[in-house]
Amino acid sequence: MSKTRVVITGLGATTPVGGDVASTWEALLAGRSGAKLLTADWVEELPVKIAAPAAVEPTEIIERVKARRLDRNAQFAVVAAREAWADSGLADVELDKTRLGVSIATGIGGLLTTLTNYDALRNGPRRVSPLAIPMLMPNSAAANVGLELGALAGVRTPVSACASSNDAIALAADQLQLGRADIVVAGGAEGSIAGLPLAAFGQMMALSRRNDEPERASRPWDADRDGFLLGEGAGILVLETYEHAVARGAKIYAELAGSGITADGHDIVQPDPAGSGAERAMLMALQEGDLAADDIVHINAHATSTPAGDVAESVAIRKALGSAADRAVATAPKSMFGHLLGAAGAVESIATVLALHHRVVPPTINLDKQDDAVELDIATEQRKLGDGDLAALNNSFGFGGHNVALAFKTV
Amino acid sequence: MMASTEEIRSSLAEIVNEIAGIPVEDVQLDKSFTDDLDVDSLSMVEVVVAAEEKFSVKIPDDEVKNLKTVGDAVAFIERAQNG
Repeated sequence: MSKTRVVITGLGATTPVGGDVASTWEALLAGRSGAKLLTADWVEELPVKIAAPAAVEPTEIIERVKARRLDRNAQFAVVAAREAWADSGLADVELDKTRLGVSIATGIGGLLTTLTNYDALRNGPRRVSPLAIPMLMPNSAAANVGLELGALAGVRTPVSACASSNDAIALAADQLQLGRADIVVAGGAEGSIAGLPLAAFGQMMALSRRNDEPERASRPWDADRDGFLLGEGAGILVLETYEHAVARGAKIYAELAGSGITADGHDIVQPDPAGSGAERAMLMALQEGDLAADDIVHINAHATSTPAGDVAESVAIRKALGSAADRAVATAPKSMFGHLLGAAGAVESIATVLALHHRVVPPTINLDKQDDAVELDIATEQRKLGDGDLAALNNSFGFGGHNVALAFKTV
Repeated sequence: MMASTEEIRSSLAEIVNEIAGIPVEDVQLDKSFTDDLDVDSLSMVEVVVAAEEKFSVKIPDDEVKNLKTVGDAVAFIERAQNG
């Protein structure tokens, strides 16, 4: 029996550099940063005063009464899912909703709701919102998208820190390949720019402290990088079996050829410096996709701009691809929109899919002097990809030692 | 000074509009919160808490189930204010 092929037929995103896929892609190609100096009064005492807030406020898009019942992360998910759904053309198709699934991840969930209601509790339990639980639960974004679309084939929320949304996409592919659905709306959302995460990541020395020049703070692979920039937003992809997509005459962006999911078994926050877990994830994605290292022309790297993570990943890429790594153009969109945590993988999967679709790799900005330990060919300007069949990898890694690599290819 | 019945209804209508998006003109004394105005149970809790703050009254949890219509709520608030 031949393997069920999984294709991408719809894209939706809301990010620090654009309120939708088109504006996000345009900003990435132009190398525009979404980093800002935060001005809220709670920023005063923090060592890190910069982040990459969403380019467009979700509350200005979603109906007012609905928006007040959604945490910010679910608001982002709903905005991006609506765009992806419209883009897929499925709104105009008569669907068996028992064959429609949702797989939407988050790293932290409804954190702002948790914080707001904890503050409210100081004034008595009656001040706590009856909506607090349905808003703060990590599955809230997925559940609300599921309700909007009427998805009945299962609504799921994998949680694996910054690998979460690539995990969600891999889970969606599993569901399609097991024959449990024909369409799965997959991705991730995060809305956690607040004092607590900025203080907590700051205490870990994980964040860049380049407060005086926010747009230069996120600098993956640069010798002077000092940590990541916190971003927010969502990325949603419509995944569909090839058969179902072709039968309805859908536009197909790319194929999700294979997924590789591994764990480091090394440390709760530090990547294995040998990169062996990440290497195995990439090799698994290639194997599942019947791809050779030579087929990979582009790598959208996790590359957060932390001193240790960037090197471990580049070591892993060299090991996984061998000499073929020399002809794979690497890029790190986190240089522009920062680290979207549980939404990072999905937004960057969209960037990977669009790079294949448009045959161009967006630049990595702020790479003034490449770290000597990083042996990769990095695009610092737009880089054209060739004709013919193309394949690319998108990596996501998370605290806990989670590694998820996805292999995409042109159709 | 205590608010009049119409003042209470009008303020309550604004609360229901803010929380549940129901047009203020639809929030009339004879309307049932659940059947006519489509205010769900969680939104009803929010309406009650907002009304308590607005009118400086206490509406015990046990009492909420008796507030079936806008008129029931307005009458309760009037009594509580006078009490």
